[in-house]
Amino acid sequence: MIDAFSSAFGLLASSGAFERPPIDWHAVAPELCLLGGGALLTLIDVIWLEKGRSITSALAGIVMLIPLIPILTLAIDSEDRSMFKGAFVVDKYSLIIKALFLLSGYLVVLLSTNYIAEGEYWENEYYGMLISSVLGMVLMASARDLITIFVALELLSIPAYLLAAWRKKDHKSNEAGLKYYLMGVFASAIMLYGMSLIFGVSGSTILEEINESIASGGANTPVITLGITFVIIGFGFKVSAFPFHTWAPDTYEGAPTPVTAFLAVASKAAGFVALMNLVVIGFIGQEDVFQPLIWILAALSMTAGNVMALRQTNIVRLMAYSGIAQAGFMLAPLAVAGEGPAIADKAVSAVVTYLVIYAAMNIGAFGIILAVSRKTKSADLESYNGLFRTSPSLAIVMTVFLASLAGIPPLGGWYAKFSVFTSLTSASTNWGYGLAVVAAINAVIAFGYYGKIAMRMWVEDPHETHVGEVKVPVSLLTALVLTAGTTIAFGVAPGIVTHFTDVSLIAFGG
Amino acid sequence: MEYDNNWLLSLMVFLPLIGAAVVMLIPKAQEELVKAVALGTTLVTAALGVFMLFDFDYGKSGDLQYVVDKEWINVINSRYILGVDGMSLPLIALTLLIVPLCLVYTFGHFPEPRNPKAILALILILETGMIGTFASQDLILFFVFFEVVLLPMFFMIAVWGGDDRRYASLKFFLYTMFGSALMLVSFLALYFLADGSIVGDQANTFSIVSLSEGASLGISRSAQLWIFAGMFVGFGVKVPMFPFHTWLPDAHTQAPTVGSVILAAVLLKLGTYGFIRIAIPMLPEAASAWAPFIGLLAVIGIIYGALGCLAQRDMKRLIAFSSVAHMGFVMLGISTLTDFGINAAIFGMVAHGLITGMLFFIAGSMKDRYHTLDMGRLGGLLVSAPRLGWILGFSAMASLGLPGLAGFWGEFPAILASYNPASILPESTFRGYMVVAALGTVLAAGYLLWMLQKTAMGNPKEEFADNEEITDVKKHEWIAWAPILALILLFGLYPRPIFTTTDDAVVKSLTVDIQGEEIENCLEVEGADLGKECFANVRETAESMKE
Repeated sequence: MIDAFSSAFGLLASSGAFERPPIDWHAVAPELCLLGGGALLTLIDVIWLEKGRSITSALAGIVMLIPLIPILTLAIDSEDRSMFKGAFVVDKYSLIIKALFLLSGYLVVLLSTNYIAEGEYWENEYYGMLISSVLGMVLMASARDLITIFVALELLSIPAYLLAAWRKKDHKSNEAGLKYYLMGVFASAIMLYGMSLIFGVSGSTILEEINESIASGGANTPVITLGITFVIIGFGFKVSAFPFHTWAPDTYEGAPTPVTAFLAVASKAAGFVALMNLVVIGFIGQEDVFQPLIWILAALSMTAGNVMALRQTNIVRLMAYSGIAQAGFMLAPLAVAGEGPAIADKAVSAVVTYLVIYAAMNIGAFGIILAVSRKTKSADLESYNGLFRTSPSLAIVMTVFLASLAGIPPLGGWYAKFSVFTSLTSASTNWGYGLAVVAAINAVIAFGYYGKIAMRMWVEDPHETHVGEVKVPVSLLTALVLTAGTTIAFGVAPGIVTHFTDVSLIAFGG
Repeated sequence: MEYDNNWLLSLMVFLPLIGAAVVMLIPKAQEELVKAVALGTTLVTAALGVFMLFDFDYGKSGDLQYVVDKEWINVINSRYILGVDGMSLPLIALTLLIVPLCLVYTFGHFPEPRNPKAILALILILETGMIGTFASQDLILFFVFFEVVLLPMFFMIAVWGGDDRRYASLKFFLYTMFGSALMLVSFLALYFLADGSIVGDQANTFSIVSLSEGASLGISRSAQLWIFAGMFVGFGVKVPMFPFHTWLPDAHTQAPTVGSVILAAVLLKLGTYGFIRIAIPMLPEAASAWAPFIGLLAVIGIIYGALGCLAQRDMKRLIAFSSVAHMGFVMLGISTLTDFGINAAIFGMVAHGLITGMLFFIAGSMKDRYHTLDMGRLGGLLVSAPRLGWILGFSAMASLGLPGLAGFWGEFPAILASYNPASILPESTFRGYMVVAALGTVLAAGYLLWMLQKTAMGNPKEEFADNEEITDVKKHEWIAWAPILALILLFGLYPRPIFTTTDDAVVKSLTVDIQGEEIENCLEVEGADLGKECFANVRETAESMKE
């Protein structure tokens, strides 16, 4: 991490001896806690060997939770902090995002505990990778310059490539990891090329300075256009937006299920956070470039994701396609973000709200998938037949998650979709209304497949090999209770979410 | 408001939900306890309703009473506002009556696959959604409750339904969800375009009271028309109005008996209630532009529903199509935009809820006995089960609008109202509708008597001649039906209580005035052009008040 900053400053400082810029230790405390915790975890494995195994997952969970303490103190302090000439910013927006990543990480640890312990996997390394990936995400929340964003992105991606291939004796998992890696690197290359173009024109890597430079009008427009397009396409891969989604279904299917949950929620959220930082701070004023691009990506992702999800027979692949559609929903507000500061703020709040609610309901759904596949050893949709009769409580909880994903009140998902609608209609442009109607139609299509799973659980007879109740281990149960509770609470009292997600990216930049 | 006992409505809305949670926590083996808790919850809720019926200040039935107004979602200024006025009181009372009766009926005969715990919990969740919708005074809160009823009904059809239940339940869900998605976009457009500061609220508001009192009057005519169109689809699917009605026969035919009863008695009213509570008061100008079209769809629905009935072999499907026709009368009453027509419509909602609910109960009981509802095979009910046959006859008479029974007071005034619609509406068109609707009543008599003849008259067919299963009305059926039958007769003979309750609220909902600025009711200004001018003036006034 420190290397990243020094290299950033190496580029900026044209001459003179290097002086360490002042560091606000309080502001970087969450990252440092995570780093220290990860190191401790590795150390324990080296020293205690097998004896340490039993507590690894519990420890990993604690490591995920500890950085919440400095985040809380920073939030109480409520002072916006900026370091390294504005490359690293801690404000309300980045704090809520950091908390989201850490809590998602904690839930993934809960999902992983039995899965990893019961298979023949490397446990300690697994959690180490998970923690470093989360570290990259937490860093991303504060990143406000191109290089920090890129380093954060690689820090979160590289462990994720490895995690996807964690079931190393399984061909599918190898395929998953390799595909994810190749596509990921390809996307990084495109993005980096775009970044270099932007840097070349604007002469800065700090997003605010880029914005000032290209807004002043002297910049070379075609190059800027190309640069912005490449950067957005690069993140299009990361958030699995159509037509850059092709890796997602295979990777989701092959990767260990807890890792899939991690990729589907945290990794995707990190992509969105980077995209928001870039678009709302860096590219604002260039709305005729990014708005049409994002509009098309959003509309295509929603529609294509939904239509393809309708045909799936494997639940993980179905969730992959539904995730593509959900990514379309999350992209949508950014398609009107250039219409003015107030609307940009609304768009950012809508995306953050969506991310928070999506994390709860999606990790929850993967928790159920994990629980069911523990017994049926399969991810076929058929293994959900008659779940209501064999394990009624699991079926009810899964119904809650599915209905929430479909956006049915009073479960969390409705408010996520609603805030997207609000942000789109608040722009009062024809493009905004048009996308709102596309989104409304897609919200209906989505129930086609979510409802199909629900129907299997409630209506069909259980498969004869699948009779008997599904047993849920304690850690998984904890994750399910937490996610189901928050999904319902967010839906009944959306004020809980909006209290935290009423954030602004522009206010700080001024 | 001076009514400080505002916990009453919240309790009424959420008590069934608590009951549902308790029911789900009780172990499956203790079926009796499950039943007792479920019934107890609905009875206590109903008792609260009875208390409200006595405590309600009928002198001020135009005002909201038992108001709760609390913060809910601050960022969008959506509030937790509940309240009851004369327009919602009868519908809440109807809900509170029907649900316990449905429970009692279900106790006697659980549909397959039994699972009493699940079905009772779903019914209780439904009750929360229904009461909540009628009591909400905030658009977003209304939307949430409006949607809460979807999932339980979906599962009720999908799990306990007939052979074709998968198709029917999904169709029901997708239709209504499509409608409500567009409705939500309309709500949002209202939120951003209306200006609540005219009536002393925040600029952007979802409050139904603020929006009906004039906040939305400054919106341009074309925008009003679009917003109304979105709501029209949302509410129209639920009613269901003619081109959107195709989900209804499938859903009704496949649903278990209690599902059909709740669907017919209460859920359909959510749509019509939306029109009179939200669409018309908030957008009177757009309503007056849309009204002839709504009236047209309503009479098409009346005739189409009646002809649909005559083409059925399945008794339950026939009753479902008769619902389309009856809701056509309700919508015709609403489309006149007069207080007389809307009062009739509300009466029609209550009457249809009681009568068609009753008919579905009977159809369900006949299905249990005959295991078929094919009218070609039925017959001689008056011989095999005379009491059941007479109850069927009584309900059919009520349904065809026989004077002296409740159905009459829903249909007759609605037809009468269309003789004399609001002045701004084209009178000759509505008189045309009146003639067609009157023909519809003849057709109604036709199909209902035909149904009665096919099922109740004559001698039992050979296959059912000495069937021991075909018993007369059982005890649980008596308990469930007696109150409904009594009320059908009571309201038929003495309709005044409902009309006097609703009248003030209806008149208020149709009056265009902005706080502090008395403006006459543009709908009733003589001459359509003058009425339009009046609306233009209202828009101008609203504009100027904004500044």
